[in-house]
Amino acid sequence: MIRSVRQRAGALLGALALAFFGLPAHALDAAAVGRLAFGDGDERIEAIGALVAAGEPRVRELLQALADGELQTAGERVLIVRGEAGFDAVSGERIAPLPAERDEVVANNRLRSAVGAALASLKLLAPERATRLEAARALSGAVDAATAPLLRRALEREADAEIRSLLAMTVASLDLASSDRATRLAAIRALGDSSSASVKPLLAAAAKDPDPEIGSAAKLSLVAVEGRLKWGEIGGLLFTGVSLGSILLLAALGLAITYGLMGVINMAHGELIMIGAYTAYVVQNAFRQLGLFEWYLLAAVPAAFAVAALVGMLLERAVIRWLYGRPLETLLATWGISLVLIQGVRTLFGAQNVLVENPAWMSGGIAALSNLVLPWNRIAIIVFAALVLAAIGLLLARTRLGLYVRGVTQNREMASCVGVPTARVDTLAFGLGAGIAGLAGCALSQLGNVGPDLGQGYIVDSFMVVVFGGVGQLAGTVYAALVLGFGNKFLEASSGAVIAKIVVLVFIIVFIQHRPQGLFALKGRAA
Amino acid sequence: MKRRTFIKQLALSAAVASIGLGSTSLYAQQKTVKVGVLHSLSGTMAISETVLKDVALMAFEEINAKGGVMGAKIEPVVVDPASNWPLFAEKARQLISQDKVAATFGCWTSVSRKSVLPVFEELNGLLFYPVQYEGEEISKNVFYTGAAPNQQAIPAVEYLMSKDGGSAKRWVLLGTDYVYPRTTNKILRAFLKSKGVAEADILEEYTPFGHSDYQTIIAKIKKFASEGKKTAVVSTINGDSNVPFYKELGNQGLKATDVPVVAFSVGEEELRGVDTKPLVGHLAAWNYFMSIKAPANSEFTKKWSTYAKAKNIAGHKDKALTNDPMEATYIGIYMWKQAVEKAKSFEVAKVSAAMAGQTFKAPSGITSTMDAKNHHLHKAVFIGEIKADGQFNVVWKTKGPVKAQPWSPFIAGNEKKVDEPALMAEKKK
Repeated sequence: MIRSVRQRAGALLGALALAFFGLPAHALDAAAVGRLAFGDGDERIEAIGALVAAGEPRVRELLQALADGELQTAGERVLIVRGEAGFDAVSGERIAPLPAERDEVVANNRLRSAVGAALASLKLLAPERATRLEAARALSGAVDAATAPLLRRALEREADAEIRSLLAMTVASLDLASSDRATRLAAIRALGDSSSASVKPLLAAAAKDPDPEIGSAAKLSLVAVEGRLKWGEIGGLLFTGVSLGSILLLAALGLAITYGLMGVINMAHGELIMIGAYTAYVVQNAFRQLGLFEWYLLAAVPAAFAVAALVGMLLERAVIRWLYGRPLETLLATWGISLVLIQGVRTLFGAQNVLVENPAWMSGGIAALSNLVLPWNRIAIIVFAALVLAAIGLLLARTRLGLYVRGVTQNREMASCVGVPTARVDTLAFGLGAGIAGLAGCALSQLGNVGPDLGQGYIVDSFMVVVFGGVGQLAGTVYAALVLGFGNKFLEASSGAVIAKIVVLVFIIVFIQHRPQGLFALKGRAA
Repeated sequence: MKRRTFIKQLALSAAVASIGLGSTSLYAQQKTVKVGVLHSLSGTMAISETVLKDVALMAFEEINAKGGVMGAKIEPVVVDPASNWPLFAEKARQLISQDKVAATFGCWTSVSRKSVLPVFEELNGLLFYPVQYEGEEISKNVFYTGAAPNQQAIPAVEYLMSKDGGSAKRWVLLGTDYVYPRTTNKILRAFLKSKGVAEADILEEYTPFGHSDYQTIIAKIKKFASEGKKTAVVSTINGDSNVPFYKELGNQGLKATDVPVVAFSVGEEELRGVDTKPLVGHLAAWNYFMSIKAPANSEFTKKWSTYAKAKNIAGHKDKALTNDPMEATYIGIYMWKQAVEKAKSFEVAKVSAAMAGQTFKAPSGITSTMDAKNHHLHKAVFIGEIKADGQFNVVWKTKGPVKAQPWSPFIAGNEKKVDEPALMAEKKK
């Protein structure tokens, strides 16, 4: 079915190209196909030009096969091989059975971009709007003079405004090299409306032109283009800041409850994150077995919460509750637990990182501006962090459990007097904090590596966020995560990742010395 | 009194005799030689190093099955320095002075090698180092079976400058912040300058070990590339940071046809955890690829896949992969065996002398020769482009093996250095 559709589309295109070039259809130029398959770099590029110029309808199929790695050779013959079916590249006839000794035709980057440009220029005449749009996008910034006539004709025939403007820009960038002064000037002015980074070097070169009028026009256009690109850069920087902020927030939220509200210095917090990430890994594998890989995150999120919360409650019941009010002992005990958990996971899953794959919808990104791509996995994590934050906020402010947690943390004796089961509230609150750490682990598994040491990288960051934000404050945690996220990213952009890390740490040390209570202090008699 | 001493003596001599007898019979049956394996099996470098331990064990098993080295069975001593550089030195000391190993195969990062180097020199051990590195070092106690800069970095950059490589004019030198990337980039900077590349056309960037957020870096590369002329990225990122780097590269849509990335520490194994479809066309330079078509290679990959299945090695039992440092480890072990048999001794000095000029039919299809003097291998250089299935297409290779230059001519002051450990040792004195 798919084949027949493809053939029909091919035939349609063939008819179109025929009308366009006015040539009779016959087999491809065998010599050119041979050069494409067996020649060296320059010969192959030349062969593509020759094949496209000849205007055969099946050229598109041949080039597509080359781009997809379906082109093979057997002796002198060039074949297109799809699965078990083979076709002669020159005549298009089916070959059965396939020769046993076949070699792949290897494409390198240079050939691949030449094939891409050739294919795009062929697709410019396709009847479907989407195909033409894609082709016009692919051609912008990557054309040589040879495709110019084709581009101009396509521009004349094009009715769609969006495709027209794309093509006009591409034509203008070609016109820049024209010998006619008026054409050049028009092109330079047209390019001033472009928002593509690829025109910048062209305009910069034109700005050095000895002709003062061309030079100044080019400078004006260059400023306009750079202004537009600047927005993309600023947007990108803001986005990376928010993205890092959301990751820090997720990692620190659980700690904001266990350390911030309950006052437990939990050095095993990072390992609870790690447990969440490994839960995501296990769920992913189970769903892959079931053939539901794309949906595994739906189950991984609650599973990560549940598993980490369970481990957290176990910890609280078995160890931490005996150590309330003894911060040093808690610190040592939880640090020991963190080592036990790391080694436990290492024994269970091995010391190597495990592979957690993104579902297909989380790969790639959206092009918000011409020079700004926002990756889906980062967007998903920002949204997820916001949701988790909202859920915790509601839980603490609006539910009975939240009321108890606040009550117990503010005045344990009084809460106990009015009948709040403080021990149980402690366990539940610790479980909640641990569960949120698990959620963070599930989110982090979509970005980086999942290994037994995963938590070690986040424990320092998490404490930094909570202490910087002000202990006992959810809002402080949010602001601190965002401030550190932005700060880190701005520094990274200006002075590199290594310096950025050092500067942020020094800043925190100095800040805490001057304001030990953090950004937001709890106001009250105790403080 | 006298009788008592007599009895004592009798008992003692009997005991001595029995021990002697026992040990000699034991000796005849299974003479063994201990060999150290010093690779991180946990921490950030485990992604790359674990498999080297496994391939070393495979080679030992193979040699033992054929009768061992000079009739002695190899008894491997495997330790885990856990990607912790000072621990490397401790473990090396333990291997040499406690376990008395005849040779050690190990290390990946240059910082780990630098950390064990004084130990090997002090205790006169023998280290086989299987990974490409920055050069600038030569030791009578180390044999380098990986590439020196002129066997990997320089040819890769030359390829990208060529017409087929895309005629790159602007360069981003991106690496993890430690000695190998810093020195390699110093060499490359000098090399690029010698080729007429302006200072403004080079951007150098470093990230800490285990860095996982490459958004800003990729944005910087994009911006740098948009400022005119064809740009290429040379990546010396090491360890598991490569996974988030390539993920971000794919997600941000930076294609190889626009800005090609050539990596020196990324091979088949590192790409296992990455969706390679958006990465098609990005490059790596090595002295071996799994996809090389050679009889020696098909034999090597087959052996590895059988071994991985038999030993149930995680990952490899389902999808066996081989890579350059694995090949270099394998070559190193066999050359050591040949040298021991030539020297008829396990003594470090004698084995070292016998290493000179050893040859081995390497899986890469060429015959690798150990240089007569400089302790480095002569190797062929291959440049491969990533394919959608995570393997590499070889798009360029040198005509034959290239002699290593551990003292790069692109670093000032190296003209006076000789690539001969004996002479260098004398100079130091």
